[in-house]
Amino acid sequence: MSEFAVIAEALSYAYGSCRALEDVEFSVPHGNLFGLLGPNGSGKTTLFRLLSTLIPIQSGMLHVCGLDVATCQSDVRRQLGVTFQSPAVDVRLTVRENLKCQGSVYGLSGAALNTRIGEMLDCFNLADRASTLVGELSGGLKRRVELAKGLLHSPKVLLLDEPTSGLDPRARQDFWDLLLKQVRSQGTTVVVATHLMPEAALCDQLLLLDKGRRVATGSPFDLQSKLSGERLTLRLRDAAVSQTAVEDLLQCKTVRNANQLSLRVSQPAEQIAMVMNRLGDEIIGLELTRPSLEDVFLELTGRSLVSGGEDHE
Amino acid sequence: MNSSAIWALTKRELIRFLRQRTRVIGAVGQPVIFWILFGAGLRTSFKAPSWAEGLSHTVTYQEYFLPGVAALIVLFTAIFSTISIIEDRREGFLQGILVAPVSRLSIVLSKLTAGTILAILQAGLFLAVGPLLSMIGIGPEIDVSWTLPRILMAAAFLMLIAAELTALGFIIAWPMNSTQGFHAIMSIFLMPMWLVSGAFFPGGDSGWLFWLIRINPLTYGVAGLRRLLYQDVLPVTPELPSMPVCLLVTTATTVLLTLISARMVSRPSVHNAA
Repeated sequence: MSEFAVIAEALSYAYGSCRALEDVEFSVPHGNLFGLLGPNGSGKTTLFRLLSTLIPIQSGMLHVCGLDVATCQSDVRRQLGVTFQSPAVDVRLTVRENLKCQGSVYGLSGAALNTRIGEMLDCFNLADRASTLVGELSGGLKRRVELAKGLLHSPKVLLLDEPTSGLDPRARQDFWDLLLKQVRSQGTTVVVATHLMPEAALCDQLLLLDKGRRVATGSPFDLQSKLSGERLTLRLRDAAVSQTAVEDLLQCKTVRNANQLSLRVSQPAEQIAMVMNRLGDEIIGLELTRPSLEDVFLELTGRSLVSGGEDHE
Repeated sequence: MNSSAIWALTKRELIRFLRQRTRVIGAVGQPVIFWILFGAGLRTSFKAPSWAEGLSHTVTYQEYFLPGVAALIVLFTAIFSTISIIEDRREGFLQGILVAPVSRLSIVLSKLTAGTILAILQAGLFLAVGPLLSMIGIGPEIDVSWTLPRILMAAAFLMLIAAELTALGFIIAWPMNSTQGFHAIMSIFLMPMWLVSGAFFPGGDSGWLFWLIRINPLTYGVAGLRRLLYQDVLPVTPELPSMPVCLLVTTATTVLLTLISARMVSRPSVHNAA
């Protein structure tokens, strides 16, 4: 068996004349938590669809657990657990009914299935909700049901597309805590498509995508270490008013988010002193941090991760 | 093919159906109301078809219409069952099934099984209860001394029609993104198909309507059902084909439509990704 759970080479895909993915190459070691990071329209959803066998391979090569996705679709499907961005649970069924249906579709049955459902319910703290209709659950619980569904048949590779979109930070944290506990203990390989920094930062390896092309690969730490300088975040009384002043003073671009201004600095000590002297009364707080993955993306593509390019997904 | 996967998906459909009671009213209510109202309204103006002339009793409109109403209930149930494909697609459930290691034919067969079970339950209920309506004065006297073999044969044939119409609905629903689109097809294609099947009125002996009825596969379903429901042995005429022909055409159509459905499902497409 190959040492990689997923291998892609020269992978391209086009929706008609619109090229969504071009010549993408990456490999995911077994047991890895692998992130596909990019803004909307970067091609990560297309890549996700190719991996999950929803759309056909047009050109290039994609292997999952040593199996060619182009020719062994049904064997590949057996290796995969998939959690889509849009919910795939049936809201008119109870949690247990959903899991039962899923298990039968994946070839589990009888006592083995019931035991496994029990394990999943316990693992994702859903045991007391087993008989509740999924439609009546909160967003966070629904996502947990999705996850339990995806992991029910103990897949070798779990695919997650924007798994926590629409969740509040607390539910997002819970989701990841439970997920990581489960996949780390089972050695499951996870491929997660995301545009959220905190999620990307959890990954072992990242593939940065922009406009369908590979921008970079590496661990979050490696990617961040490649950037020099630091990030300065200023909390101001009125960031809109002070933005020009700060930009003129430090001769650089800033990103404004509500009453925060954020910028890259190369000599933090001097630059902070300059800002303090000039805008002292306006400043409520300031923070100096290492460059974020957002900075890495901005540096490599000249584009922000959050406000993406045109959206054809 | 995997029978436990098919059954799991079928069971899901049945549970969903039972939790949406209004679907029962939609599928059974309208045909029954049609039967009572058209039966009462057209009673005096109805001219029995030529094949009914040699029968031991006069065929009333309500009696003529009875197999047609059963076919309409089956049609409505098939439509509601396959509209759920569009809902499954929209709600995201479908893509979860498409990435699962089940054969594409199993996915089609689970829809067909669920549609068929629901259709024969509802049409069967109507056929059992409909003739009793004469007791409260809103239905005609219909001879209901059906024997068990006859009931079983009628149920089996009803199942075949149900599978046929569910497969047809599947082919229509699969490429669609909205239930409104399905309603449009229902109005301009499915309802007219039922109208020219000998269900609602007998065709003439010639002309375009006569030919339309003859090439309509549903004509053979309605005629077969009519033969199984009537006490008398009915003569064979162009608009009332013989039982073997009815069985052959209905079976062949069902198999063909099922294969087309399975082919549609096995083609990976962006359309399947929500």
